[in-house]
Amino acid sequence: MKQHDSGGAGLQTRDRLPAGLTDADLLRMYEWMVLARSLDERMWLLNRGGQAAFVISGQGHEAAQVALASALQVGKDVLVPYYRDLGMALVFGLTPRDLMLSLLGKKGDPTSQGRQMPGHFSSRRLNIITGSSPVATQVLHGAGVALAAKLRGEDTVAMTCVGEGGTSEGDFHEALNFASIHHLPVIFVVENNGYAISVPQRKEMAVASVAERAAGYAMPGVTVDGLDPIATYVVAREAVDRARSGGGPTLIEAKVHRLTPHSSDDDDRTYRPAAELQEERAHDPIPMFRARLMELGVLSEQQEKEIRDRVKAQINDATEFAEQAPYPDPSELMLHVYGA
Amino acid sequence: MATKLLIDAIRDTMFEEMRADERVIVMGEDVGKRGGVFRVTAGLVDEFGENRVIDTPLAEASIVGVAIGAAFHGLRPIAEIQFFDFIHPAMDQILNEAAKIRYRSAGDFNCPIVIRTPYGGGVHGALYHSQSIEAIFTREPGLKVVAPIMPSDAHGLLKTAIHDEDPVLFLEHKKGYRLVKDEVPDNDGAIPIGKARVVQEGSDVTIITYGMMLLESLAAAKKAAEKDGTSVEVIDLRTLRPLDRDAILGSATKTGKVLIVHEANKIGGVGAEVAAMIAEEAFAYLDGPIMRVAGAEVPAMPYSPPLEHAYLPNQEKIGAALDRLAAY
Repeated sequence: MKQHDSGGAGLQTRDRLPAGLTDADLLRMYEWMVLARSLDERMWLLNRGGQAAFVISGQGHEAAQVALASALQVGKDVLVPYYRDLGMALVFGLTPRDLMLSLLGKKGDPTSQGRQMPGHFSSRRLNIITGSSPVATQVLHGAGVALAAKLRGEDTVAMTCVGEGGTSEGDFHEALNFASIHHLPVIFVVENNGYAISVPQRKEMAVASVAERAAGYAMPGVTVDGLDPIATYVVAREAVDRARSGGGPTLIEAKVHRLTPHSSDDDDRTYRPAAELQEERAHDPIPMFRARLMELGVLSEQQEKEIRDRVKAQINDATEFAEQAPYPDPSELMLHVYGA
Repeated sequence: MATKLLIDAIRDTMFEEMRADERVIVMGEDVGKRGGVFRVTAGLVDEFGENRVIDTPLAEASIVGVAIGAAFHGLRPIAEIQFFDFIHPAMDQILNEAAKIRYRSAGDFNCPIVIRTPYGGGVHGALYHSQSIEAIFTREPGLKVVAPIMPSDAHGLLKTAIHDEDPVLFLEHKKGYRLVKDEVPDNDGAIPIGKARVVQEGSDVTIITYGMMLLESLAAAKKAAEKDGTSVEVIDLRTLRPLDRDAILGSATKTGKVLIVHEANKIGGVGAEVAAMIAEEAFAYLDGPIMRVAGAEVPAMPYSPPLEHAYLPNQEKIGAALDRLAAY
């Protein structure tokens, strides 16, 4: 197991950007992060306003998600996400309009046509695999996609994600075991925010980090600061390169913060110390990355304003679009139980 | 055409389909070199290699879950669960994943996998190598469940199942593997899922059954004909979901008396659904109660021979029910 810290201290100049990252790459990642956060915040507003029945959040996970997904080849690689992966879904091509349609259960929602709760990202066209709500079942699908890719002689990589809560499930163990036996091109991402709803990590596992478990599967395991998109990208690229070149799977544990309750139906004040949350909010990955990009001279105040304006326009457009969209017709209830 | 045992018909069909389509793979416990604990997959690894015939770890959720993932990316996996009794760790993958993938994605994704598993008792397999728990699965929209007992039906339905775009649970009665034989066509002869077969026409009473109970039912029908001249129509459901409504209602309206026979316990079984369908849609045609002969209402089949015998329906129990029904 390796530990990757933020590396921030070593990245004071633009010449030292790792892994072939350009200024444009960093700006793109930053904009995805801002878009994911702003979209998520708008979804909460719509929930509290009574328009959206349910929200499940990725706030605090955006840096990790955007960096991990950016290391994949969109259009070729396959994402098997979990319910917090809004940032990954955006990078893979779902749009704010798509996600707002999903939030409101409207017709035209490409993830499920209004059948699933929000947060169940899916699109065959975009290589985002449909998922369920039971935790960690998708991790086995990630291994299966990678098995098929290997047997078909492709160099496609699968990335599957789960929270640290899901690592307690048997499916998680079975997936890592199978993938390692067959050296499959799959990356197991654990977004560790320290809580399984209300249960803190110390009650979920006796090991100090999820990545330690990789040793039990003879697989590389890496813990990375998931608040730092550059460090996360470096780790992800290494794993992607290994998988693509036949080197087998990697377990990546991205340490992140959960800045919201588990979902819109949760109240984290019943179990989370206020000081802890305050401390995490003080280390919000988005303002931290903004400060760093400005420090590096990659992002100017003018660019920052342009990004914020673009994101705001997209979200206003998506909200209005979804609000005006029709609901599915009740007759659609019976469709798609079986194929023709 | 060749006369084949059930086990050979299933194995030969897998050879045919794997030769025809390289996307078809087989995965499960001991399916490789050992050829499966019942030898259903014997020889497959020699012809198709370890990439397409995968000995998996002893972990049922991964057998089905990896198969689902592989199907997402273009393969047509056949997943073997070594005994139906051991399928429970894979329940999430079967019921919450495979069966719901098409519906939850509004047809954007589908799940073309076949899950093969041996079921049924009468082989001294006791509680955990004898179960007939098909009703857990037949209540699940999105899943198809077939249980052919005749080798020709197994051949035709396995072909169809492998080509099907939805998940199919393919149940193989382990007592039938080396007991039941008939004429099996070479290569072609696909049989549609959802079609029952009238095995024997009759006019007085209908028996609706499947699995090894088809054989017991036919024996009981023969005795009833010899004893009283009772004319019994015998229907092999072959597919347990979707049920063949036309065949069930057609026969029920013709004879007006229906006996349902299966090895699984009675309450909530496949027979309960068949009976409900007839009661709802053919009530006016009935001349007697819909009756059922089923496995004992105990948690599972015991080991000791007299207990096992007492658990199972047989031709005597079926014959007694026929007598009672014919008297109406």
